[in-house]
Amino acid sequence: MTSAAQPAAPYAGAPRQPGHGPDQDVPRTVTAPATPGDRVFRGVLRLAGLSVFAIMGLIAFFLILRGTDALRTVGWSFLTEQKWQTAAHNFGIAAVLPNGLLIAVIALVIAVPVALGTAIFISEYAPVRLRAALISLVDLMAAIPSIVYGLWGLFFLQPRIIGFVRWMANHLGDTIPFLKVRIGDIGTSYTSSTFIAGVVVSLMIIPIVTSLSREVFSQAPQGEREGAYALGSTRWGMVRAVVLPFGKGGVIGAVMLGFGRAMGETIAVALIISPNFKAITHILENGANSISALIALRFGESDALSLSALMAAGLVLFALTLLVNVLAGIVINRSRSGAATAD
Amino acid sequence: MTDAPLSSAPPADAPLAGPSPADPVADTITLPPVAPAPYADPRHPQGHPGGGSLAGLETRDVSAWFGTRKVLERVSLAMPAGGVTALIGPSGCGKSTYLRILNRMHEMVRGAALAGEVLLDGDDVYRPGRRPAEVRRRIGMVFQRPNPFPAMSIQDNVASGLKLAGIKVSKEERRDLVETSLRRAGLWDEVSTRLHTPGGALSGGQQQRLCIARSLAVSPDILLMDEPCSALDPTSTRRVEETIAELRGRLTIVIVTHNMQQAQRVSQSCAFFLATHDTPGRIVEAGPTEQIFGSPRDQRTSDYVNGRFG
Repeated sequence: MTSAAQPAAPYAGAPRQPGHGPDQDVPRTVTAPATPGDRVFRGVLRLAGLSVFAIMGLIAFFLILRGTDALRTVGWSFLTEQKWQTAAHNFGIAAVLPNGLLIAVIALVIAVPVALGTAIFISEYAPVRLRAALISLVDLMAAIPSIVYGLWGLFFLQPRIIGFVRWMANHLGDTIPFLKVRIGDIGTSYTSSTFIAGVVVSLMIIPIVTSLSREVFSQAPQGEREGAYALGSTRWGMVRAVVLPFGKGGVIGAVMLGFGRAMGETIAVALIISPNFKAITHILENGANSISALIALRFGESDALSLSALMAAGLVLFALTLLVNVLAGIVINRSRSGAATAD
Repeated sequence: MTDAPLSSAPPADAPLAGPSPADPVADTITLPPVAPAPYADPRHPQGHPGGGSLAGLETRDVSAWFGTRKVLERVSLAMPAGGVTALIGPSGCGKSTYLRILNRMHEMVRGAALAGEVLLDGDDVYRPGRRPAEVRRRIGMVFQRPNPFPAMSIQDNVASGLKLAGIKVSKEERRDLVETSLRRAGLWDEVSTRLHTPGGALSGGQQQRLCIARSLAVSPDILLMDEPCSALDPTSTRRVEETIAELRGRLTIVIVTHNMQQAQRVSQSCAFFLATHDTPGRIVEAGPTEQIFGSPRDQRTSDYVNGRFG
């Protein structure tokens, strides 16, 4: 408005008047005063946005504050020590962190194919009514408390999956070393393992990955879909040429968010595993661990230093999860599907 | 019933092939044939697998609905092989719906229904058991908004139809096909040095010609174009029109356009669609383009082509 009211002002690139040097051509200041309502609304929203930073900052601050004692006691060996003997000042995350990562990786290996298949089915193949039902069902699956998954995994799944685990150990263990079970073949050799914990965690991240992937798949542009069909494509051909490339970024982001969730998953893992403190190399064997399960299981019995050690472990988990989520956010924002398709 | 201008015609099973110049309101309006130009298909040097060199397209009593709303009423039209047929008419008259019925895109819209027959080389494309994908491979389509696959390279875009249709070709054949298709679409000179760059990086007009090349690469018998230039600037529009002119005689083209000058420039035959607020769209008049524009028989056609409404 302000600029339109100045018709006499020469626009950029207009022939200069004689005597006008390049230095005299200065961009003018354009102001856009906000209404009071806008200003109040903006203030409220800004406060809400900043509170997220504040909360995250406070959590990090608290963890650093409480974990310092333990970190100071053992120094860098906190990152290299596998054992967790706080009374002997001999503890570290070199076992629990990779073991927790392993659980998360197993969960992803199972969850991602299932989730992508479900997402493609819901967005591309399912009849309209079934689609609505499946979407609510997946959302419901995400809403089940993790303790329920844990109990179900412990009392229902574990006794039934042991046969399969034993089969894998016996038939694949010789060719694929990490599937070998080195303990004698007794019932408990195959229980409470990294693998079973991973299976249960996979059930918890399937709804997240499914839901986010379905969302980006359904945003694949209609024009490109029709373009593929008009070339004589089958539905699967269209999905491969249009939907999957479009959704790639969103799917990567969804997988990373699922990974973050899997690493932080606590109670179901704590219920299933029998904790150990050596780096896991054989995922089917009894015994597993993760940072969050460690914290949950050791929290009650801790003296001051033990508590501080748990806080330090929590800090590492916090930082790692934050990193994964930030990376996921970057991937999502850079992709076409994440950038809400401006074109 | 309401289709008075067309109903004075012989019954639907009247001979279809013969032109009926004496009867302008024949039930099936047969447009004048066009002399086919020699057409060398890189993959079928002897002509199309169907045997004949060019295939015509014809509809009989095509009606269409969206839900309970009828949008097309008994449209019968023969689009001559090797020619360019323009479908004109005001917005909402059903011509785009009609076009999408021709290659079975209409049925993908929820609630869409249709009646009648679409004959490709005399064979109904809606015959039970006939696969839509097979129909669409023979009847290509270029859309109003250019829709290349943005992440694919230019050459992959051109060859995408082969992959989607499961046609296997050797590397050399593929390269030749990419070049031939891009040349035919009039895009080769502009992109030959950057075939591996993404198709989404081209300008709108180039993207549209890329889409034409992509359609041509699967050697369709028919090419449908749904307002292919409405999103393009005048220069790009001219290039696309040149492309259409070069394709004439090589395959059968059906083009929907709102641009009267374009219809006159590119087409040899023309059909005028009209719908009113309470009647579904149907053909008011069809015939050679010079007749529709020069001496239309129907007053409404005359009004429309002379810009008095619509």
